[in-house]
Amino acid sequence: MKINGAQAVIESLKNEDVDVVFGYPGGAVLTLYDALYKSEFPHILTKHEQGAVHAADGYARVTGKVGVCIATSGPGGTNLITGIATANMDSIPLVCITGQVGTPLIGKDSFQEADMCGITTPITKHNYLVKKVADLPRVLKEAFYIARTGRPGPVVIDIAKDVFAAELEYRYPDTVNLKGYSGNFTGENQEIDAVLEVIQDAKKPLIFVGGGVVLSDTAECLQKIIAKTGIPVISSLMGLGAVPATYEANLGMVGMHGTYAANIATMECDALIGIGVRFDDRVTGIVEQFAPLAKIIQFDIDAAEINKNVRVDYKVVGDLRWSMPEVTEKLTKITTDLKAQYQAWREYVIAMNKETPLSYNKEATCIMPQQVIEVVSKLTDDDAIVVTDVGQHQMWTAQFYQFLKSRSFVTSGGLGTMGYGLPAALGAKFAKPEKTVVLFSGDGSIMMNCQELATAADYGINVKVIVMNNHVLGMVSQWQRMFYGKRYSQSKLNGKTDYVKLAEAMGVHGLRVTEPEKLEEVLKQALAIDGPVLVDVLLPEVEDVLPMVPSGGRLDQMVLGANQE
Amino acid sequence: MKYILAVLVDNRPGVLTHVAGLISRRAFNIESIAAGYTEEPDVTRINVVVSVDDEIELEQVVNQLNKLIDVIKIVNLTRIDSIQRELVMIKVKANPATRSDIINVVEIFRAKIVDVNRETMVIELTGEQSKIDALCEVLADYEIIEIARTGAIALSRGPIPAKNI
Repeated sequence: MKINGAQAVIESLKNEDVDVVFGYPGGAVLTLYDALYKSEFPHILTKHEQGAVHAADGYARVTGKVGVCIATSGPGGTNLITGIATANMDSIPLVCITGQVGTPLIGKDSFQEADMCGITTPITKHNYLVKKVADLPRVLKEAFYIARTGRPGPVVIDIAKDVFAAELEYRYPDTVNLKGYSGNFTGENQEIDAVLEVIQDAKKPLIFVGGGVVLSDTAECLQKIIAKTGIPVISSLMGLGAVPATYEANLGMVGMHGTYAANIATMECDALIGIGVRFDDRVTGIVEQFAPLAKIIQFDIDAAEINKNVRVDYKVVGDLRWSMPEVTEKLTKITTDLKAQYQAWREYVIAMNKETPLSYNKEATCIMPQQVIEVVSKLTDDDAIVVTDVGQHQMWTAQFYQFLKSRSFVTSGGLGTMGYGLPAALGAKFAKPEKTVVLFSGDGSIMMNCQELATAADYGINVKVIVMNNHVLGMVSQWQRMFYGKRYSQSKLNGKTDYVKLAEAMGVHGLRVTEPEKLEEVLKQALAIDGPVLVDVLLPEVEDVLPMVPSGGRLDQMVLGANQE
Repeated sequence: MKYILAVLVDNRPGVLTHVAGLISRRAFNIESIAAGYTEEPDVTRINVVVSVDDEIELEQVVNQLNKLIDVIKIVNLTRIDSIQRELVMIKVKANPATRSDIINVVEIFRAKIVDVNRETMVIELTGEQSKIDALCEVLADYEIIEIARTGAIALSRGPIPAKNI
């Protein structure tokens, strides 16, 4: 059938089972929005393009599907950049469709022209500029395939304005034909055999879980491996939820703000089994002294992750959906009682975790931030989708929320994007309407995309926004307190903003809590309200995220928290 | 250590941006880059000379390049028996007094004179990088006005093409 380019885009979205797009119209995408209108395709209008891309990202993180957003040329496209970079760092599948000026105007510094392919090359898995309408079906097919398969990531499709209007004979391809990309990431079995030998020789093995386990939905398989071997577990920020926090030998997060037991276990283990991790600098501390006694093993889909940051002794390159079942299968053939072999080590790390747990001042006369997370964790039966912004509140959430499932924690890990949380929470709630979605934000972060409160209200998207209000940029002021002689340069907000009124002005229910005795009651009330709520929680200005490994330090050189000495 | 890589890429718009963007983003040290059409009309061959500290860094370069969707194949031609060539054109000052000396140098290097006028000559030479460096060094005595070099390209010996290695 003959249709125009805009209709071809919509048809392709349908072919890819896209059920919603997040976006913002403008000159170069008018024809596309016209087709959207005619087809009544579900679309969420955010208040800013950055909101649209983060919402698509939040949607993708909780579903595992490809998130889709649309923006116009020039400023529309450039407003997506932070969101694309955020998704790229955390390997989130997105297809971002941007309008481009008409083909005769490209390269002339035309009105609202920006070179999207040039700008997004370093922050995408792939990108396209479409100048011929006949290319559209193939490009869309490839874009979704590339975004979704292998190590997922964002793909930008920049489409010239006249392409939307031009007609084509539409046929959506069944297959992709890319010479340089197969999408199949099955590895070599002997790499697994070598790793299993190391595991059988080990006395003190440690499994280090990362975001790859979440992205590949292999948490269940991994849990089987853990149940069979009893190997203790540590997690990166992105890996939280893959192994339930309730598992006795789950020592929690490792790294700069990792638990005492997770960091010490890393320094003492004799085999560190990294699964879907990329050894980020926030995890390793000083790279040369990371896990110094261990044979380091890395399971990853991306060959370029091997030896990028940490030099590893053994690698298994391939999709975890291939390697994890293989490991499980091969473990069943091992006759040695591995559980018994690791017993002493396992008991040792569990005891260490019990003796030096995460802690905070529970006798304070004000509300403590950690307490807020604990109360929400309890009130939601640890079963909410938890979204964060970036800063102290993000680390406290990672430390104190009891994550039980994969894809229940949505946070900007790699890029650390303030302003990510609110729009991502909207995307997450839209994807999983049956779930309670709680956003922990700060009084710094929330202001970076607070306009999306209006989106929550306009569409009635029932998210619970908890503003951890300490009147400072908490993480910045913590570093200034610890490393910059308490010179609080530009980190004291001393804002006059009334967050309750801000919420109410945008049509969101606003609540405030200042006393610890009222905390639980107000949070309960917030969770019970049918509709979006913002809770302004007043917290002390000075409170550090601890433990902390100072930047470039060794993992066992931690500054410990209250009652941890 | 320097290595020459043959990077076979899909001949699509934007491919050079992707390759150049990756090199800059990952802060790889590239000595030269030369791209051209191949025996297959939809495949471009990019010859990259990369300078790295060790094999692990080289592996990073190869693995990162391999991740680009447009990259079909990468062959490290330093590791296998191969021929490397680079083309240079050198414009050098040449007056009647120095002209015959320069011609001597050109003959010794088996280079070619491709342009002569009253004040200058343009000399063309194809060869390995070291030979080109040596010619440039000798000609420096006669005042070089400008140099244009292509960067190295390489081809394996024997019947098997890079795409099948």
